[in-house]
Amino acid sequence: MDRNSQRTVFDPLIDNNPITLQVLGLCSALAVTTSVQTALIMSAALTAVLCCSNVLVSLIRKHLAQSIRIIVQITIIASLVVVVDEFLRAYAVEASRRLSVFVGLIITNCIVLGRAEAFAMHNPPWPSFLDGLGNGLGYSLVLILVGVVRELFGAGSLLGYPVLALVRDGGWYQPNGLMLLPPSAFFIIGVLIWGIRTWKRSQMERAEYRIHEVHRTEVL
Amino acid sequence: MEAHLSLLLRAVFTENLALAFFLGMCTFLAVSRRIDTAIGLGLAVIAVQSITVPINNLIFRFLLAPDALAWAGLAGFDLRFLGFISYIGVIAAVVQVLEMVLDRYFAVLHQTLGIFLPLITVNCAILGGSLFMVERGYDFAQSVVYGIGSGAGWALAIVAMAGIREKLKYSDVPAGLQGLGIAFITTGLMSLAFMAFSGIQL
Repeated sequence: MDRNSQRTVFDPLIDNNPITLQVLGLCSALAVTTSVQTALIMSAALTAVLCCSNVLVSLIRKHLAQSIRIIVQITIIASLVVVVDEFLRAYAVEASRRLSVFVGLIITNCIVLGRAEAFAMHNPPWPSFLDGLGNGLGYSLVLILVGVVRELFGAGSLLGYPVLALVRDGGWYQPNGLMLLPPSAFFIIGVLIWGIRTWKRSQMERAEYRIHEVHRTEVL
Repeated sequence: MEAHLSLLLRAVFTENLALAFFLGMCTFLAVSRRIDTAIGLGLAVIAVQSITVPINNLIFRFLLAPDALAWAGLAGFDLRFLGFISYIGVIAAVVQVLEMVLDRYFAVLHQTLGIFLPLITVNCAILGGSLFMVERGYDFAQSVVYGIGSGAGWALAIVAMAGIREKLKYSDVPAGLQGLGIAFITTGLMSLAFMAFSGIQL
């Protein structure tokens, strides 16, 4: 791979992450991360849809009229999601039940439409595929991180295997029930963003108002 | 009647789409910087939600459910796999029609809500509402109540969030948390507060 394609794939992992910087595709990132397994399945589903939709949109980009492009893109995405959903129902019934409506919600996941609109509409199929892969991986990275934290501290296990010995089974770890409840996902992503932005200072947002000491003469 | 009232309250508070199911988060965080825009978007969501959920309910029951086409003399069909495409199509169409109707007859309303309508097509709260309606098997009356309730709950959450963020911009937030980070943590705290409703039985 040349440098350019490498950048397309690896840029969205940290430097331009779809979740922590572009604020896209949050709904599923928060909802399906109670265990690592659901996070993994969701990541795989979204990455597959994202790559395919980017390639398809990119293939027909020269024939799309401006006025109907959104509806065409949504139809393409919805058809791909139907395929993924049927696939999960056929081969992973249990997982499909646990993901409940969130597989269907990939249709309105802003990452997919956002990348189709921002990248695939202006680039040939191969770079579009790489862009889809990169953004899918960036999304997966955050999902899996949050999933690991929530499952490890909320249930003391990873992928269903016990890691921390629970008090209930005679061990030492008292599971933190809050981690399995919705609010914890917000806190974890909030702290994650804090960490990334402290590391990559260019991502910080400027405060709208600065608090500073005012010298008396300034007021007068 | 009582069951419907209970469903309404549940949809607004305990099963709040934004705070308990994380639906519509992208718009929730992006458009909650000012109260007046939040109110506009909230009203638009209520309007679209209370139209699309009942329509999708009819589509599901008379076209897509197993053996639903019996009224047309076509028994034995199961078209549920077409669900996603139909629902998103209905949503996109309703948003478009609503925009045209508002533009023609309610120009003032169109000026305030107009810019939010296109955003709503890709708002997961709308599609999520329809999908939950199907998953839980609501009948027509229930779907009307659920549409209004879930829309109102989302609107309530975003207006409250905008109120908090308007005050928040004067506070001294650590540099890395500024903006998005603190918005997430605030939403988490709100979600924690809304969980207190979950013990209420009606």
